[in-house]
Amino acid sequence: MITKRIIPCLDVKNGRVVKGVNFEGLSDVSSPVELGKYYSNCGADELVFYDITASAEGRALFTDILKEVAKTIFIPLTVGGGINTIDDFDRVLKCGADKVSVNSGAIRNPELIREAAQKYGNQCVVISADVKRVDGVFRVFAKGGRENTGMEAISWIKSCVEKGAGEVVLNSIDTDGVKNGFDLEMLEAVCNAVNVPVIASGGAGCAEDFLTLFNTLPKVDAGLAASIFHFGEVKIPKLKKFLRENNINVRL
Amino acid sequence: MIGIIDYGVGNLFSLKSSFLSLGEEVFVSGKKEELRKTEGLILPGVGAFADAAKKLRDSGLDEFVREYVKSGRPLMGICLGMQLLFEKSYEYGEHEGLSLLKGQVIPMEGNISEELKIPHIGWNSLNFIKDGCPLFKDTKEGDFVYFVHSYFAVDNTDSLVCNTEYGIPMTAAVNKDNIYGCQFHPEKSGKVGLAILKSFADLCK
Repeated sequence: MITKRIIPCLDVKNGRVVKGVNFEGLSDVSSPVELGKYYSNCGADELVFYDITASAEGRALFTDILKEVAKTIFIPLTVGGGINTIDDFDRVLKCGADKVSVNSGAIRNPELIREAAQKYGNQCVVISADVKRVDGVFRVFAKGGRENTGMEAISWIKSCVEKGAGEVVLNSIDTDGVKNGFDLEMLEAVCNAVNVPVIASGGAGCAEDFLTLFNTLPKVDAGLAASIFHFGEVKIPKLKKFLRENNINVRL
Repeated sequence: MIGIIDYGVGNLFSLKSSFLSLGEEVFVSGKKEELRKTEGLILPGVGAFADAAKKLRDSGLDEFVREYVKSGRPLMGICLGMQLLFEKSYEYGEHEGLSLLKGQVIPMEGNISEELKIPHIGWNSLNFIKDGCPLFKDTKEGDFVYFVHSYFAVDNTDSLVCNTEYGIPMTAAVNKDNIYGCQFHPEKSGKVGLAILKSFADLCK
């Protein structure tokens, strides 16, 4: 049976992981290669690298580092951040990325999804959506969650899947950072609207939150988190063991 | 030396890197004269069957691969590369494969429960049907590997080595004589995958 995936997300700026942390046995806590290796050995099912660099020099550093990661870590790698054109897809895929996550780039140009899916296949294109409730309606936000696009989120995500997105990362701005659990209501609405894998993001504070996620919404395929993994509040081997003990199928 | 056949489909960076990380000699090429000198060949592939089969035919690599296999040296198809080993695929029409193995490739759509998502993406476990395949000498029943596919091989009992469960049992790996195939991506399957690639490299020595 296919397993539920646990995915740590690493923000990279100028080739270095932001929010560097103290892991035992790690000589360089902000090296994407070292951290990637650490997570891969911990049993992470996939890694997401998010490039938050603004400059062209930073971009070049990012692709160099991505290559290094892909040379040493042999689990699926998803890359996001600053993906606006087919050339951006090409740039990161050549460096060993398996999937490319688009967010603002798809808001500016929704045809980017169609073009990329036709060229690289649906499995390669991930739509990442930052969503927030505004007057009781789910709205898509752009620019790292700072700008309300005014678009209704569920129909937006549905249209991205129709254009060829093979996976959805749903990041709830409402629950992000609150550490009180994933946004089950928002996730359920997305799961009911699309039939591609849905990755939950935003709100996990402890192992129980992942169990509640997978038990309540069997259609959710993966849980993604950043700081709780980086700061060791939730340890991936322990989390997966806990899920397995509670009859959630995970890779151990 | 292992050769990875480059015929313009898919990203070969991770595949090459994984052999290098195992300390194996490997190169990527689309040239027959270079590939002919190898001790083993990998036929990779992602994307559409018809397009890949055409590229193999147009470059004459289809005939080359058939002859290579007759020499007794090992060949391993990965993902679409495995599907190409069969006689036919029904991916958007009907297309001829390399016919190195008996069987055909059919879509998941219409053949598995509508509840299941397509493509089949993620980590799934191996259930062995046949023991003793040298490719899996260091692989255990239930080990997890990484899949990404929307089509699967059927009518291939003579070569079937292991299945994976996705609504129904689905072909995960095949072997007949010196021909091997994996539907999953060993180069993306962590330690389990690297052990499989290592076993292939050992077969090439």
